[in-house]
Amino acid sequence: MSKALLAIQGVKTEFRLGRARALQAVQGVDLSISAGEIVGLVGESGSGKSVLALSMLRLVQPPGQITDGHILFDGEDVMQMSARALSAWRGRDVGMIFQQPQSCLNPVKRIGWQVAEPLLRHEKIGRKAAWAAAIDLLRAVGIPAPEEKVLAYPHELSGGQAQRVMIAIALALKPRLLIADEPTTALDVTIQAQILELLSERCRTLGTSLLLVTHDLGVVARIADRVAVMYAGRIVEEGPVEAMLTAPSHPYTKGLIAAAPQLGQAQGGRLKDIPGAIPDLSRPYAGCAFAPRCELRQSLSLKACDNAQPAPTTVGSAHTVRCFGAAGSIQSEMRVTS
Amino acid sequence: MSLVLDEPIMATPPRWRMFLLRLLRNRSALVGGTILLLLVLSALFAPLLAPYDPFKVNPIQRLRPPSWDHFMGTDEVGRDLFSRLIFGTRYFLLICVVTASISASIGTLLGLLAGAGSRFVENLIMRVIDVMLAFPYILMVLVVVAILGPSLWTGMVSIGIAGIPGYARLVRSAVLTVRREDYVLSARALGASESEILFGTILPNVVSPLIVYLAFSMPLAALVTSSLSFIGLGTQPPAPEWGAMLVNSRTYLFSAWWAVAGPGMALFISIFGLNILGNGLRDVLDPRSGR
Repeated sequence: MSKALLAIQGVKTEFRLGRARALQAVQGVDLSISAGEIVGLVGESGSGKSVLALSMLRLVQPPGQITDGHILFDGEDVMQMSARALSAWRGRDVGMIFQQPQSCLNPVKRIGWQVAEPLLRHEKIGRKAAWAAAIDLLRAVGIPAPEEKVLAYPHELSGGQAQRVMIAIALALKPRLLIADEPTTALDVTIQAQILELLSERCRTLGTSLLLVTHDLGVVARIADRVAVMYAGRIVEEGPVEAMLTAPSHPYTKGLIAAAPQLGQAQGGRLKDIPGAIPDLSRPYAGCAFAPRCELRQSLSLKACDNAQPAPTTVGSAHTVRCFGAAGSIQSEMRVTS
Repeated sequence: MSLVLDEPIMATPPRWRMFLLRLLRNRSALVGGTILLLLVLSALFAPLLAPYDPFKVNPIQRLRPPSWDHFMGTDEVGRDLFSRLIFGTRYFLLICVVTASISASIGTLLGLLAGAGSRFVENLIMRVIDVMLAFPYILMVLVVVAILGPSLWTGMVSIGIAGIPGYARLVRSAVLTVRREDYVLSARALGASESEILFGTILPNVVSPLIVYLAFSMPLAALVTSSLSFIGLGTQPPAPEWGAMLVNSRTYLFSAWWAVAGPGMALFISIFGLNILGNGLRDVLDPRSGR
């Protein structure tokens, strides 16, 4: 843990809804990313994964606010950074790309300038050199004929090309960490695979760590080293990708894996789903947030689920889970019954 | 890399050339633009175009109807009306440019700060703007002229100031929309500072509505300046400003209609031209009209 590039501890982010009400989007999350590692952050819509990603860069906009916790980047406390230090840090040491690539590019500026901008901002480099560098960067992300494309405007790009450009911009200064918030969700399936391949290839080449936020387990299985599953503002299970996919411990993770459609599955069968929805995060809840939807709790009728938060339990090497039912003896009992 | 091309590349002409092409295809922009061009040309080449000295008094030739010598007639002291109208374009354009630059620059800055600043800054600016708007336009102009004394420049400055609230409100509302856009968040994630975001990211995206508003508010400002001259608080005689010319000749409306018709028509055509140019610009620049 000590050599983690980014380590966040007990981060809480809330959105004020009124005088007394607040939506607890992130409810105390610990997560660390090592240098060169690719971590997947998985969860369904509304689980708080995007807010967590924004919180890591202190990009949460009012009425959202980080109310507690530490964010350490290479030992430096991000929460204590001044506005100037924060701007210098973003773009140079960390980059971020978002879900809708076309709306993330400034519609009135040529692609070339948008790629060159972080270079001009963070490095002492002339406009001509930055322009040439922009062409090289676009070539590196597989944009065809980059000498011509630098002159294009964002509306002239396809979604896949726009995301390539975003990747080029975010990686222009070889940051040590890239946060990708659902980078392929808005793209069609064939392009998704290309973009994922590009992302992991660029990150491995540059030695950049990648936090990949997604709701798609298939995406994670393909490129991640480690996975964290988020539910209702908390990380419920975290571990190496192999262990997580083959031997998931948390009933929510199991549900997610079971809900993912697979090729070659028996035809005509319905996809499995997890009944219910994410609880209202503006109402504090004493027990495990997943309890109302949890099959395991129903079959075991554990009292603890409704009254307390489960603490993280180790179930394998670097594999932890927050569930009363999944831990220790109860888990093996569960294996027998299932 | 085993990466496949997404789609074929197309060569695109520069944005401004596309814009110009679309503008030329728009009929009202074409007519309005032609009128504006003629105004600019006559202002530039006024000494070459005007057959007489616009200030030359000729008592023998006073209030002559249109003829071959003076084909728009002469005024009450015998000056050639056509020459005065030609030189009047300089005043008209000067008024447009000066008033518009005062209101647009200050109004845009206030609007940007109000739209992207803290709540305190926003409230402060917008309450001042509200007070300015609650004042009748002409009354505010009169107050400023009363303080600074009547002349063409104080008239223009006061009308420029009176135009600030409109720009500020327009820019603020545009900023409120733009600042929620993903590309603003993205710029912030890439390390852009607040001022870089305000002037480098947000401002270029509010320019289109600004240009349209400019085209509509310029003729209004010119009209008010002429009205100001009309009530004697703007341009002072003998300057050949159209509003001032109207004042001088209105006494002779029944005996010498041409002395009123000339400047009146000049004002009408110029303002009409700017207005339809504004219409055309709005059609071309409005994102909803398809790009």
